[in-house]
Amino acid sequence: MEYKVSAEQIVFLDDIRRTKRHIRLAQVGIILAFLVLWQISASLKLIDDFIFSSPVRIGKTIFSLTKSGDLLKHTSITFLETVVSFTLTTIISILVAMILWMSKGAAKVLEPYLVVLNSLPKSALAPLLIVWLGTGKTTIIVAGISVAIFGSMIQLYTTFQRTDGEKEKLIYTLGGSKWQVLYKVVLPSGIPAIISNMKVNVGLSLVGVIIGEFLAARAGLGYLIIYGSQVYKLDWVMTSILLLCMMAMLLYKTIGFFEK
Amino acid sequence: MSVMLSLQNVSFTYHSEEGEQPALWDISFQVEKGEFVAIIGPSGCGKSTLLSLISGLNTPEKGNITLYSSQNTQTNIGYMLQKDHLFEWRTIYRNVILGPEINKNLTKEKEAHIEQMLDTYGLAEFKYKKPSELSGGMRQRAALIRTLAMEPDLLLLDEPFSALDYQTRISVADDIGMIIKRERKTAILVTHDLSEAISLADRVIVLTKRPAVVKTIIPIELSIENRTPFTSRNAPEFKDYFNLLWKELGAGGV
Repeated sequence: MEYKVSAEQIVFLDDIRRTKRHIRLAQVGIILAFLVLWQISASLKLIDDFIFSSPVRIGKTIFSLTKSGDLLKHTSITFLETVVSFTLTTIISILVAMILWMSKGAAKVLEPYLVVLNSLPKSALAPLLIVWLGTGKTTIIVAGISVAIFGSMIQLYTTFQRTDGEKEKLIYTLGGSKWQVLYKVVLPSGIPAIISNMKVNVGLSLVGVIIGEFLAARAGLGYLIIYGSQVYKLDWVMTSILLLCMMAMLLYKTIGFFEK
Repeated sequence: MSVMLSLQNVSFTYHSEEGEQPALWDISFQVEKGEFVAIIGPSGCGKSTLLSLISGLNTPEKGNITLYSSQNTQTNIGYMLQKDHLFEWRTIYRNVILGPEINKNLTKEKEAHIEQMLDTYGLAEFKYKKPSELSGGMRQRAALIRTLAMEPDLLLLDEPFSALDYQTRISVADDIGMIIKRERKTAILVTHDLSEAISLADRVIVLTKRPAVVKTIIPIELSIENRTPFTSRNAPEFKDYFNLLWKELGAGGV
């Protein structure tokens, strides 16, 4: 039997497409309106563009920083630090959640510690990290890891625990071991949760890395923000923030891409 | 016929901080090789616990469960749960080979046997499909093949049709019943559906409410030729058995 799309279906699909287009238009419209208003206010001296910068000034800054090679240098350093701390966070927290799932006793014993470490404001640790690890990349990466890791462990462990008990029973009825339950059922059924956990982690790693760069870096976008604000180069600060927005977006989208 | 499974004075109690809950009390019965036995009882009476004990997932507190195998090999037990629990992240084929995969004995002969079962039971063309693309009945059939791939001598069926709608339930029960007969398997079915028990079983064991004891054991003899689960429902004695079981269950206090 040949399937023919009915006229109503075509109308319906057109409708959906139109709605999507309108949403996209509104999204782009907001950012454009914001940039235009910003530029007009700066040009008309309604705001002081020395303090508030302006789209044109940011554009010029990007151009000159690109030419000098500074833009690539600072951006790539922050990007690399974030990727490394995000990757380590994800791997370590999955491994720890697996161990906690395998050993109920360990999970019960460690639970209060994880809860306290998770609620602790991690920026309080940063000065300690500098003393212990120095003012280098290691400190910044560890700062990035510290922000996300405890929450990530708790969340993944909770997810693993919520696996359908009947599916676990199935593996046992087929003669499987606890370890096989873990990697044949618990991990695969936890993949959607692991991915949404990664989306949270990537943002938090970026937060940690920027905190680390504020305090301990000689390069990177966090460093550029602090340095720029100290020497009143607010164009640098604004440019760095814009680049951070784009980086966060890119990292988030990359994980979303792997989700498919 | 030879005895395949024998339970002697089996008791089991659930322990929790709130207290203990006796589930099974002094249960004794035997199952012959090739027999289809149904166990019925009020819901929550410990029927599923009984299967867990027979399968070895739990150990009885008191009493003995003995499995007799014809050769000197270990008796393989196949377990079918209420839902099919096919993994959505695996294709049908990768789902049905799960047992041998776990036991790391997926030989060429096993693969051929599984392929042939998929073929016989109409799932060959769905081999590389995801479980969600199959109907409820086909999923249950895939779940049975996954169980049969373990080459079990004894099949334990824990209300395997209860998650299906009424119409599908009857046809799937018919289907699965025929497959089990054809593969010459011994089976124990736990159900709360009286007609399902009568239509499939050679004997019905009636349990009381918690703590469950064996109230009575009723052999089902239907005067029809070519008995299948579906035709059983038209047997003249069907109604009498239904009323008898109903009375036995009711007297036990549902």
